[in-house]
Amino acid sequence: MSQSATANTHEHGHDDHGHHKESFITKYVFSQDHKMISKQFLITGIVMGCFGMLMSILFRLQLAWPDSSFQILETLLGSKWAPGGKLDASFYMGLVTIHGTIMVFFVLTAGLSGTFSNLLIPLQCGSRDMASPFMNMLSYWFFFASSVVLTYSVFIESGPAAAGWTVYPPLSALPKSMPGSGLGMTLWLVSMILFIGSALLGGINYITTVLNMRTKGMSMNRMPLTIWAFFFTAILGLLSFPVLLGGSLLLVFDRSFGTSFYLSDIFLNGEGALANSGGSPILFQHLFWFLGHPEVYIIILPALGITSEIIAVNARKPIFGYTAMVISIIGIAFLSFIVWGHHMFITGMNPLLGLVFMIFTLIIAVPSAVKTFNYLATLWRGNIQFTPGMLFAIGLVSFFISGGLTGIFLGNAAIDIQLHDTYFVVAHFHLVMGCAAIFGMMAGIYHWYPRLYGRTMNKTLGYMHFWLTFITAYMVFFPMHFMGLAGVPRRYYQFTVLPEFGIWENVNVLITFAAIIGALAQLLFLYNFFSSIFYGRKSAQNPWKSNTLEWTSPIEERLHGNWPGAIPTVHRWPYDYSKPGYDDDFIPQTVPDDGNLDELAHSHTQPAEPPSDEPKNVVHFSTLLARWMGLSKA
Amino acid sequence: MSTDTSATVTETKTWSGGRSPFNVSYGKLMMWIFLLSDAFTFSSLLIGYGAVRFSYPAPEALVEKIAPMSHLSDDFIEQMQEIGAFSEKHWPSPELVFNHFPFLHGVHLPLMFVSLMTFILIFSSVTMVLAVEAGHRMDKKKVGIYMFYTILGGLAFLGCQAWEWTQFITEGATLEHNPFGPAHFAALFFMVTGFHGFHVFSGVVFNIMIYVNARRGMYEKRGHYEMVEKVGLYWHFVDLVWVFVFTFFYLI
Repeated sequence: MSQSATANTHEHGHDDHGHHKESFITKYVFSQDHKMISKQFLITGIVMGCFGMLMSILFRLQLAWPDSSFQILETLLGSKWAPGGKLDASFYMGLVTIHGTIMVFFVLTAGLSGTFSNLLIPLQCGSRDMASPFMNMLSYWFFFASSVVLTYSVFIESGPAAAGWTVYPPLSALPKSMPGSGLGMTLWLVSMILFIGSALLGGINYITTVLNMRTKGMSMNRMPLTIWAFFFTAILGLLSFPVLLGGSLLLVFDRSFGTSFYLSDIFLNGEGALANSGGSPILFQHLFWFLGHPEVYIIILPALGITSEIIAVNARKPIFGYTAMVISIIGIAFLSFIVWGHHMFITGMNPLLGLVFMIFTLIIAVPSAVKTFNYLATLWRGNIQFTPGMLFAIGLVSFFISGGLTGIFLGNAAIDIQLHDTYFVVAHFHLVMGCAAIFGMMAGIYHWYPRLYGRTMNKTLGYMHFWLTFITAYMVFFPMHFMGLAGVPRRYYQFTVLPEFGIWENVNVLITFAAIIGALAQLLFLYNFFSSIFYGRKSAQNPWKSNTLEWTSPIEERLHGNWPGAIPTVHRWPYDYSKPGYDDDFIPQTVPDDGNLDELAHSHTQPAEPPSDEPKNVVHFSTLLARWMGLSKA
Repeated sequence: MSTDTSATVTETKTWSGGRSPFNVSYGKLMMWIFLLSDAFTFSSLLIGYGAVRFSYPAPEALVEKIAPMSHLSDDFIEQMQEIGAFSEKHWPSPELVFNHFPFLHGVHLPLMFVSLMTFILIFSSVTMVLAVEAGHRMDKKKVGIYMFYTILGGLAFLGCQAWEWTQFITEGATLEHNPFGPAHFAALFFMVTGFHGFHVFSGVVFNIMIYVNARRGMYEKRGHYEMVEKVGLYWHFVDLVWVFVFTFFYLI
């Protein structure tokens, strides 16, 4: 087969994508195959994730034992950043900043949507590759360059950027304001601009591929929910990252070229105002959060899409309310652009404007709740297969609920003014976008690992990884709610000089222990991930008995072009699980229908054959609900 | 596995099985999406401009209208500063700042030069449309001619911008300071027109590449001139953005 295929390639013109004999460089390094690019994103994301996690352990040590010294820290970090084994305060700020940046952008944006959009969009839509494989490759290498610059910035003499991941001016705009605002901040901005380039190249590709490259029969309303989620994620990124680009450019000019877009009258070290003033730091906040808020949905939407797919597959049931799921994705995507002001309630915003932002923010609870209830309804009475992927997907639902509820607190301007910049906020966003998205990503990794490497990950290690991570994540972030309610501010180096916060010391110790155990649990995952690449059990072609197209492409031989023959034609939606009247409990999308298929109008309870007199063994959810509420005795 | 990865599939051409919702090729769709994204970048800069500018009071009507074509003395800026038309306290009136024209030194010609620039850029869009239209007719010669005019127009615009910047800088404007008004005035001018000029420059580079390809007959061989259409989209976008920059920076 390979002989004839390679022979054939010579007949094609230059228009063809990727028709050349592949060397190591073109196959593994500058690859244009979306599957390889997806692996590159994933592994870079995992490496960056390890960095981010180690940083969190470092500053958790500081928070738990602020007055102790750990000699090992001085050995590892040197006497500048950990003099006498105690973390330096500027370096602490740097760690917090880089931890946030890495986790938000490099792990949960590029690592999550970069990996799974690249892997699944062509495979689940039924196309040979992305619209432009070359741009796709560039997208990864921009991301790689950006990761290198950011990692490098940690090791420079003046330390990494330390103004928080939101890099508010004037701290970030005045190179002299603190050590981290020097070269570290410049590198942060360079890294971010490269990252925006990567997001732009990737996003254009994802959107175009979804719109223009679907296989025959794959209409929009037959797309798996993963694709819907990636599609709107890409739209969000495409429209919000350019605004950060504009904002960053202005910040670069403020820092390096003497302008003062963001600088008002400022006294530095007690002397003299700046030569220039009259700008507004609030302007930066507006520009930043116009990206920043859609960004949190860029993080969570792919995770929700992955969860939709995994829950439906492993509950062996059609996803509950497909159309409602799609509409809620669209609703979240739209609303995310008009709520950025809720990050800025305490900037002195006009209360009327605050009210408008508050109302829109609270409206987001509606589509989010629709998604949550649909997950629960899909699980309801499902024939649940507790694979590691499924556990992580259910874990996402749990975090999405517990973190989402506190979002309703924070969305209220009146409560937010009290809770702003406290540990309550830290707890909220770590649960709802940190843990939930990481769990979505883990679910995706366990579920599509066979698709990536042709092998399965070890199940037992997967279960251990899940339970340890799930429990420690709650142990880390749940107590933070109470600290925040008591007013403990975030980003503080140590609380020992503030006696009123002394009562939280034991809690901080507990959190740090949980964080360390959670971090150790990730070692199980890393071992499992990397050893399974070589020694994992060979996977079946369709290990989870799934309907979607990615399992029709051979998982053993990774063809650039995905299908050895013609592209499969799609005849039905992807959620025909446990359909009555069929032998198997799944019907792949490629199976021809019997001519009268209208999957959205009829639920899965619609029998394919004429109804018989035998009692139905499938019950409507509404009937169950009515029975449960005591309304019906049927 | 090692051999199979090199074996790519024979039927790559058939990969667009689905119905295309916008009835355009993927390449054109990508250009549209890119432009949408770029529009947001420009919007962020222009909205930032608006936020800064409207934090200053409007220019005070201190000068009675200076008649166009009237004589400009050499110490015009100092005069304006003396009567308070140029001051740190309020945004200057663009008519008093951009009133020069090459080779017509000492004549008050408010916004004449920038109008010429705008005209040149819009006219280069017209020649671009003609190039696209010629492409539809597969008229290789005409495509080449009109692309050439478009490139000329782009270069002329860039030249004008270089002259305008030079004039502006000679009068003492820097990113940190300018004699016309608040420091933001010049900083934003350089920022926004610079960012736009960078886009025009890239556009000229793309146009030259497409021009060379068209002249070499690449698109004739390919059977369509879609690449010309794609750079055309970009060129029109850059032109449209200039209309906004012109409106917000010079006219208002």
